[in-house]
Amino acid sequence: MNAKTIGIILNGSDIHLKSDSLKELIDSLNLSDARFAVEINREIIPKSQIDNYTLNDKDVVEIVIAVGGG
Amino acid sequence: MDKLVVGSREFSSRLLVGTGKYKDFQETQDAIVASGAHVITVAIRRTNIGQDKDEPNLLDFLNPEKFIILPNTAGCYSIDDAVRTCNLARELLDGHNLVKLEVLGDEKTLFPNMTQTLEATKILVEDNFEVMVYCTDDPILCKELDDIGCVSIMPLAAPIGSGLGITNPYNIEIILENSNKPIIVDAGVGTASDATIAMELGCDGVLMNTAIAEAKDPILMASAMNKAIESGREAFLAGRMKKRLYASKSSPEDGVIE
Repeated sequence: MNAKTIGIILNGSDIHLKSDSLKELIDSLNLSDARFAVEINREIIPKSQIDNYTLNDKDVVEIVIAVGGG
Repeated sequence: MDKLVVGSREFSSRLLVGTGKYKDFQETQDAIVASGAHVITVAIRRTNIGQDKDEPNLLDFLNPEKFIILPNTAGCYSIDDAVRTCNLARELLDGHNLVKLEVLGDEKTLFPNMTQTLEATKILVEDNFEVMVYCTDDPILCKELDDIGCVSIMPLAAPIGSGLGITNPYNIEIILENSNKPIIVDAGVGTASDATIAMELGCDGVLMNTAIAEAKDPILMASAMNKAIESGREAFLAGRMKKRLYASKSSPEDGVIE
């Protein structure tokens, strides 16, 4: 666990996090049970790697879900 | 109805439906069940930051075990965005490689940008995606998509969400003649007879969203579309009679009472 905060861009918004754990970020978004996909700095992060993934300052994170569409 | 095979998958219905524009997820689910569709399209979008814990998710209502989920690249105006979206969709759906590619060219018409669509198809096919491609009804470009290796060619019948019907049946006929891949009319259908016309032409299926979702009673329209697709398919397989200019009696000439 990192004591200092880090700043990332999540889905286009600047946010500050107290933890560098990707899993904690996902949990804070109430997504744990949902189907979603994560991309960091344009690389897909496979679900199997989320639990141990460490975020870095200035990471550009996209988290997407399926929504209604034609 | 005879099954539709697209790439490595078998679709139990020739009607493919979108999940957009409904009042809520319950109505989406009810309409889709009434449509009998097996394949349902979804869009891939950023999740809300600060998602409510109890906020329902589309896929809670439409079980991916029961339906074939067809993620689209709606809203993508570049090759890069479309390919990225497909990669995210594949991860989101645990390796599922069937996608509906659309690379749009213009906000007003939502016509596809075909030069970019061809290029994106190439990239995705090389990356082992099974690509169903939204495209213009240009027979030459449709043939090119076929040669690149997409699993289905999906020409628009009219602009997305316009409900104008099958505006160029002659092009659709030429596209059908040129291709061995399933041809699925994607976009433009407004009511049941439009879907039937597409199927009578020999199309392998029809994909629609707005025609159902914007009907006054979406669930009843979904049921109508289900029947329209089946009717059109059966009529195509049965082979219609020849047209003649003058009448031809249906009852015998002999034995009329005097």
